[in-house]
Amino acid sequence: MRWLKSIAREIFGLFVDDGSFASGILVWVALAVVVLPRVAPVVRWAGPALFAGLALILIESVLRFSRRRK
Amino acid sequence: MAIGLGHLEATRLGTTLVAAFLASLVECVEALTVVLAVGSVRGWRSALEGAAAALGLLAAIVAVLGPALTHIPLHLVQLVVGAMILLFGLRWLRKAILRSAGLIPLHDEQAAFQREAAAMRRAGRAPGLDKLAFTAAFHITMLEGTEVVFIVVALGAGGTGLLLPAGLGAAAALLVIVALGVALHRPLARVPENTLKFVVGVLLSAFGTFWVGEGAGFAWPGSDLAIPCLMAAYLAIALCLVPMCRAGARVAEVDA
Repeated sequence: MRWLKSIAREIFGLFVDDGSFASGILVWVALAVVVLPRVAPVVRWAGPALFAGLALILIESVLRFSRRRK
Repeated sequence: MAIGLGHLEATRLGTTLVAAFLASLVECVEALTVVLAVGSVRGWRSALEGAAAALGLLAAIVAVLGPALTHIPLHLVQLVVGAMILLFGLRWLRKAILRSAGLIPLHDEQAAFQREAAAMRRAGRAPGLDKLAFTAAFHITMLEGTEVVFIVVALGAGGTGLLLPAGLGAAAALLVIVALGVALHRPLARVPENTLKFVVGVLLSAFGTFWVGEGAGFAWPGSDLAIPCLMAAYLAIALCLVPMCRAGARVAEVDA
């Protein structure tokens, strides 16, 4: 049973090691899927807008970690 | 037009195969280190039986999960699996950036091998099947193999006919690592693991972004050609972040 627990922990760890980073991605994906198709000016650029948000989340998380280590 | 579509299809199949191969290679190296440590200290029979039992179980999981996914509407699979692959890929990319910048230590296969071998030496031994060796090899193969299965299923779920190249990529990685393990009998400390994770993080992040967009019905400029563009964009961002973080770390050292 212990190995099952550690596999479950490992699977969770596949997706999440920094809680705010993972939740930022999920919140942005949910917002993008629900909101972007309804905003007329960005409808044609919904894909690139999705990418831009994810890139910003990555940049913010890396820089925040780097600042914390100073 | 047919040539263009054929080229796009080949690009998609090729990137899926390469992404699955590289991602699986990283996981297989980690599993090999522990199986080698267990086998060299406790004997090969139980270690190899444990690894083989885990591989059999993993193959059964793929055989059940793979075809089951084809019964779910593609856009739903792309949305859910895309979000999961985004979490997975961006996490790898973030970690690889931080490792490249020297903010977190690199993974050391030699140290992992010595740690595992020392733990195996400390434990007692009973006659017959070496349960400890079997369990340790089974455990690590299941752990790393589960990640490989997720990668194969996730990459394979992105479109029709992608499960085969994803599976072939993972199988090729396993064969390469097993061959190297048999030939060298020592951990693959020289594999540039962080570079691989960097590349795989870029590939998976690009696939995840594309599939979430496809699943949500977004338009991508250039259709499938958006995938290599996303890869280039994520790579450019990551390569810019490494020196920025490294410079920040150096300033902190000087200030201290």
